[in-house]
Amino acid sequence: MKTVTFRIWRGDAGGGKFTDYTTDVSEGMVVLDVVHKIQATQANDLACRWNCKAGKCGSCSAEINGIPRLMCMTRMNTLPTDQPVTLEPMRAFPNIRDLTTDVSWNFRVKTKIKKFNPRKPDAPDGTWRMQQADVDRVQEFRKCIECFLCQDVCHVLRDHHKHDEFIGPRFLVYTAALEMHPLDTEDRLPELKQAQGIGFCNITKCCTKVCPENITITDNAIIPLKERVVDDFYDPLGWLWKKLRPKV
Amino acid sequence: MATNYETFEYDVLVIGAGGAGLRAAIEASAAGVKVGLICKSLLGKAHTVMAEGGMAAAMGNVDDRDNWRVHFADTMRGGQYVNNWRMAELHAKEAPERVHELEAWGAVFDRTKDGKILQRNFGGHRYPRLAHVGDRTGLELIRTLQDHGIHQGIAVHMEHTVVTLLKDGDRVVGALGYDRERGRFKIFKAGAVVMATGGIGRAFKITSNSWEYTGDGQSLAYDAGAELMDMEFVQFHPTGMIWPPSVMGLLVTEAVRGEGGVLRNKDGKRFMFDDIPDNYKPQTATDPEEGWRYTQGDKNAKRPPELLTRDHVARCINREVKAGRGSPHGGVFLDIAWIKEKLPNAAEHIKRKLPSMYHQFKQLADLDITQEPMEIGPTTHYIMGGIRVNGDSQMSNVPGLFAAGEAAAGLHGANRLGGNSLSDLIVFGKRAGEFAAKFAKEHGAGRINEAQVEEAARRALEPFDRGAKAGGNAEGPYQVQHDLQEMMQSLVGIVRREDEMARALDGIGKLSQRAGQVAVFGHREYNPGWHTALDLKNLLTVSEAITRSAIERKESRGGHFREDFPNKDAADGKVNVVVRKNSDGTMNVRRETIPDLPAELKQVIEEMK
Ligand code: SF4
Ligand code: SF4
Ligand code: FES
Repeated sequence: MKTVTFRIWRGDAGGGKFTDYTTDVSEGMVVLDVVHKIQATQANDLACRWNCKAGKCGSCSAEINGIPRLMCMTRMNTLPTDQPVTLEPMRAFPNIRDLTTDVSWNFRVKTKIKKFNPRKPDAPDGTWRMQQADVDRVQEFRKCIECFLCQDVCHVLRDHHKHDEFIGPRFLVYTAALEMHPLDTEDRLPELKQAQGIGFCNITKCCTKVCPENITITDNAIIPLKERVVDDFYDPLGWLWKKLRPKV
Repeated sequence: MATNYETFEYDVLVIGAGGAGLRAAIEASAAGVKVGLICKSLLGKAHTVMAEGGMAAAMGNVDDRDNWRVHFADTMRGGQYVNNWRMAELHAKEAPERVHELEAWGAVFDRTKDGKILQRNFGGHRYPRLAHVGDRTGLELIRTLQDHGIHQGIAVHMEHTVVTLLKDGDRVVGALGYDRERGRFKIFKAGAVVMATGGIGRAFKITSNSWEYTGDGQSLAYDAGAELMDMEFVQFHPTGMIWPPSVMGLLVTEAVRGEGGVLRNKDGKRFMFDDIPDNYKPQTATDPEEGWRYTQGDKNAKRPPELLTRDHVARCINREVKAGRGSPHGGVFLDIAWIKEKLPNAAEHIKRKLPSMYHQFKQLADLDITQEPMEIGPTTHYIMGGIRVNGDSQMSNVPGLFAAGEAAAGLHGANRLGGNSLSDLIVFGKRAGEFAAKFAKEHGAGRINEAQVEEAARRALEPFDRGAKAGGNAEGPYQVQHDLQEMMQSLVGIVRREDEMARALDGIGKLSQRAGQVAVFGHREYNPGWHTALDLKNLLTVSEAITRSAIERKESRGGHFREDFPNKDAADGKVNVVVRKNSDGTMNVRRETIPDLPAELKQVIEEMK
């Protein structure tokens, strides 16, 4: 049993301040456990989001000692406890209260990306055939738990506030999953280049570093999309041919 | 005046946005009606994401002997024949089409060598039947429905909670809820309401369920006059994490056993071979070698006893622990690392087949499952019981009120098979959406009773009034919730007795009084203390329903085990226990005879014995 001080952001869109809470921490605890303990004993009204406690729902995103992480997957024994642990909401989104932020922008962005549009079923039983090797790559992207930590860390959103011009790494991953889906026939490259601002990304790879699902966001999703956008720009017919060719 | 509240008008209001709710909303909007969807959390975060193993559908891609009849018989056997057989039939018949539909909406399942959807073995399913994506099938399901649904014109209300259903005479015509962010009340008018709120896990101390699962749907429906059925059947999943304490209850997927994981006690013994129920003997392996071959796809081998139904495995683990043969932290060992004796590259194989499990143990318990056994124990996972519905339409006895998924009763009988939940969500989510839309079109909007709205809003704010009056002295909601969970766990848990349950009823009475006195401080904006105070009433209602139903069923069957009546009883096997609210507010418990199976279905069961 150790005693730890948590320095937690208490406030809302109008402002706020850090408040210190000191509590005992036992073996195996994660940051979210400590928050719950403080909530149950010292601050009933401390607002935070969580659901699964297992790194699967992406609700408990926050900045722990300044680094965007999931609270439920950050074990206390990985943090220095001789000084206060600072805990604050994601800073790339407006604060609602305490550790919660208004992430609705993300949901709006997603609706603007053209939906999955499969080719006609071509197997005799009215479905499709796909090989595991062809779906592996897409499955990596589909692991995303929508924690928005990558959005939080990306300087284009966080520092330059380009929310109206850039969809951010999460939705580049989402677009990549659609574009590389073996059955998909839609073309999302013109928007990607224009309204969705893929050009803003200068491949700093910060997003990849914070992704709790270890999705190789930059190398596997963003760079291939950038290449496609470039190909498309210089060689639209060649691209069209690639897109229409059966992928299986 | 109720007119002061922001009001939304829909044809169909879906409460709950996990797999069932999303599927219902999609179906209703496809039928051309206006749909509102209420989520307690953000969209896409519901407990469905936790489902790991897969969704059961008799597509026969891996073993062509599979078909709906086998799936139906497996579901009935697993449910110990108290299932709503019509639901079991529809489920087995319609699941394959629902799975293919997901693929058409963008889901990316693991593949067989010939490019079809791969299916895996799971407890209680005779053939490999679970369509899956590694061990994150639930995430795939919810994301697919979410990404399809957002283009359907469904109005989504995230982080809203319903406090009461609104009625016009007998009929449900909407709901009153509040948003977490601001704490403002809102009226949702609707021609029909679909309850898809999931389970009740938070009534127990050790659970795989998150804070959301406080029995809201069951309790709101009950208060609106709906019948609840089979509430005594709670599933304790045999394998939850038990160490470290902060993750106690977190699910360890059955797929670990499906891939060859075995259960051992502290002496290293595979104790599951010690007790194999007679009706499962013909399908169970006679020795470890045969069990291993089964997990590796040998069609002539029978399944290892680790893959017997969840209720049975959970009790065997309980028995080992009670007999002093448990692991250091009070569970038993689940070992997948041993397969290195059988497979080259076993570590890689495990990481590929069970990536989230590998991740989960590595990060939360500092344990490498490819090298060491896990420590596990039973965890409250699922309730088979719920709102009693018509098998075809999913409508309850209250006109205009539908239910689907875990909130509804019937499909799973006394025990749910793993993999039958995700398929339940899509089969009956669709049906509920379809019939709710039909009902709404036929009946139009109802009239909102403003007095009911005012009364509900007033009651919901009482905890603040008490907080203001009491200053710092009154009790907060967390202690009451905690005491209820402790009590339900110890008195109405895996092993039950009449005297203990009588004590639990007494305890529920006292806790209800305390719940009626809890005080909340601070503001209405995003105040978890207030939300917990409101959820308490729901938890207490479902706890009472579980306890009374469990007292009524004087036998052991499926998830319900009575130490004082350890055997099955033929007469009890012909009834469902049903509760509803009396006009004086007390809970009425009655037995309802299960309708006879049609000859055709009876024959299917006989053939598959
Ligand atoms: S790599 Fe691109 S998307 Fe990722 S953080 Fe850097 S700029 Fe943002
Ligand atoms: S890509 Fe990774 S970091 Fe970004 S939202 Fe998804 S899981 Fe989170
Ligand atoms: S609570 Fe689900 S990811 Fe942390």
